[in-house]
Amino acid sequence: MTAYILRRLLQALPVFIGSTFLIYAMVFAIPGDPILRMFGDRTPTDATLAALQAKYHLDQPFLVRYLLYMGDVFRGDLGTTFQGQSVNEILMRTFPNTLRLAILAVAIDLVVGVTVGLVAGLRKGKIFDNVTLLIGLVLISMPVFVLAFVAQWFFGIQLGIFRATVGPGAPWGDLILPAIVLAALNFAFTMRLTRASVIETNAQDFVRMAYGKGLRSERVVPVHILRNSLIPVTTNIAANFGILIVGATVTEGIFNVPGVGNELFKAINRHDSPEVVSIVTVLVIIYVLVNLGIDLLYGVLDPRIRYVKK
Amino acid sequence: MSRSDAPAAPAPAAERFVADFTGDELGAVDEVRVSEKRSNLWLDAWRDLRGRWMFWASAAMILFIVFVALFPTAFTQVPPNDGCILSVQNQTQADELGVPIGTKISDHGPLPGHPLGFTKQGCDVFSRIVHGTSTSLSVGIIVSIMVAVIGIVIGAFAGFFGGWLDSVLMRFGDIVFAIPYVLAAVVVMSMFLHDRNIWVISLAIGAFSWPSTARILRSEVLRVKNSDFVMASTALGLSRVRTMLAHVLPNSIAPVIVVTTIGLAGAITAEATLSFLGVGLPNNIFMSWGNDISAAQTSLRTNPAALIYPSIALSLTVLAFIVMGEAVRDALDPRARASR
Repeated sequence: MTAYILRRLLQALPVFIGSTFLIYAMVFAIPGDPILRMFGDRTPTDATLAALQAKYHLDQPFLVRYLLYMGDVFRGDLGTTFQGQSVNEILMRTFPNTLRLAILAVAIDLVVGVTVGLVAGLRKGKIFDNVTLLIGLVLISMPVFVLAFVAQWFFGIQLGIFRATVGPGAPWGDLILPAIVLAALNFAFTMRLTRASVIETNAQDFVRMAYGKGLRSERVVPVHILRNSLIPVTTNIAANFGILIVGATVTEGIFNVPGVGNELFKAINRHDSPEVVSIVTVLVIIYVLVNLGIDLLYGVLDPRIRYVKK
Repeated sequence: MSRSDAPAAPAPAAERFVADFTGDELGAVDEVRVSEKRSNLWLDAWRDLRGRWMFWASAAMILFIVFVALFPTAFTQVPPNDGCILSVQNQTQADELGVPIGTKISDHGPLPGHPLGFTKQGCDVFSRIVHGTSTSLSVGIIVSIMVAVIGIVIGAFAGFFGGWLDSVLMRFGDIVFAIPYVLAAVVVMSMFLHDRNIWVISLAIGAFSWPSTARILRSEVLRVKNSDFVMASTALGLSRVRTMLAHVLPNSIAPVIVVTTIGLAGAITAEATLSFLGVGLPNNIFMSWGNDISAAQTSLRTNPAALIYPSIALSLTVLAFIVMGEAVRDALDPRARASR
């Protein structure tokens, strides 16, 4: 297991360095003054200009600048917005809300997706299976903001079950609707994967064996089938984490959840490029770490993964 | 023609050790039906596709979308952008729309000739949807071609030549894959404030979405490259590159077609999402469904039509390409078919 963890860490390192470098390079390697371009139409005050130039170490060569910038990021200094707010403070304030939203969304996605996928897989080809496959297809084809507006309009405005926008302090109850929207993005993938996995497991000898020795399906389904079908579903969460990040940006913006995504959404609309770059860098770092974490979890769940195929 | 038709009656002197096929029940098993049509992966897939209503439905939908994108004026004469009025100013406009002078047109419901009503800016919703089709489709097609070309080149070289080239290309792919492509496009687009157009946005989306195509092609190439026919072509003296182009690629391209079709839907979604976020195409120059949906959100309570109809158009377009991709995948991959 130690060897496996070490190998994974070593594999993640270049990805980590490379991806942060790529984002940095996109902003700072394009010809022209990156600071002036960040401002777009506006002209910065001399103080802001000087502060930004110092922040991004523009007097240094490109590679040194990147290293200094990453050093700052790791020391926890993410710079300031055009308004002079500290990006750290913004993230500290907003991150807990996003975390709660994400936890809620992943929980809804897993519970509903796995349940529906399990039932569909056990009753392959029956009406429930076909109907849920169709619903999944429709959900996949709806972009996240369409889904969010439909939910907001229907549940929030027409039916009035939920509040259309999240109230101050973002109580859990208000987060349910945006979480459902986020969960719906990945629901189809979770459901299909569980279904395929259940169908595959259901055909295994150990399942037939379990039934053969007289176990009832109340025991075989959760213990023998479900547990063995969940492994690919777990990794899928990591794979879909990217969808979740983008989805959260849009969903938080629409439902006015005071989270990181909403902050990114507002920063994009304000053309506040330093903030956009900082937040995207942090999100990519989180994305890489989550993928690493899930990879390690995968190794715990399925010992076969730990062995290197030679 | 069956074996029994073979003219060769044994020469009288020759001893026969093999039972005659005719009249033998086992003979039927050995018969080779030469009359069967010749077939290959693509013919098989096509025969399978022909029988799927999902394929025909999505094909009809896609043809319709392409037609709308090419000939928007066949569906509406109303200009999508200029000619927007906030309220009826004069008698000509009043006669045209059939409402009294002074009527507020902004967010107005349907009027004769304007079946879906008006946006907040007083533009015709239906016309904007029709004219927005070509934007979505162009971005989708440009991104797909770009992603397919980059993905095929990188995947094929990495898989076929292996070694250090494989390691370098695939690790690079891992790095690009680690950045969610919409986020990357957000950063790229916020660096291009003034000269945003269809090419820039396509480049921003495509530059970060090729790794999955490259990975899929690479694994197919790895599977195919040890086949006997590849060895045969090497033995016949074909160069490595010729072998790759003529024998390996055609036999490993099938999954790429599927992933490209579904990717086209993803690119359309990405363009709409970027436009929605405000880092997409400039609103006053390009019709974009994402822009329209974004603009309509402020009047969601009073005029949901301006938001809902572009959303439906967008979702149906995406759905058409996803269904097409899945139908093609089922047709091309017999294993996926079996587990259905």
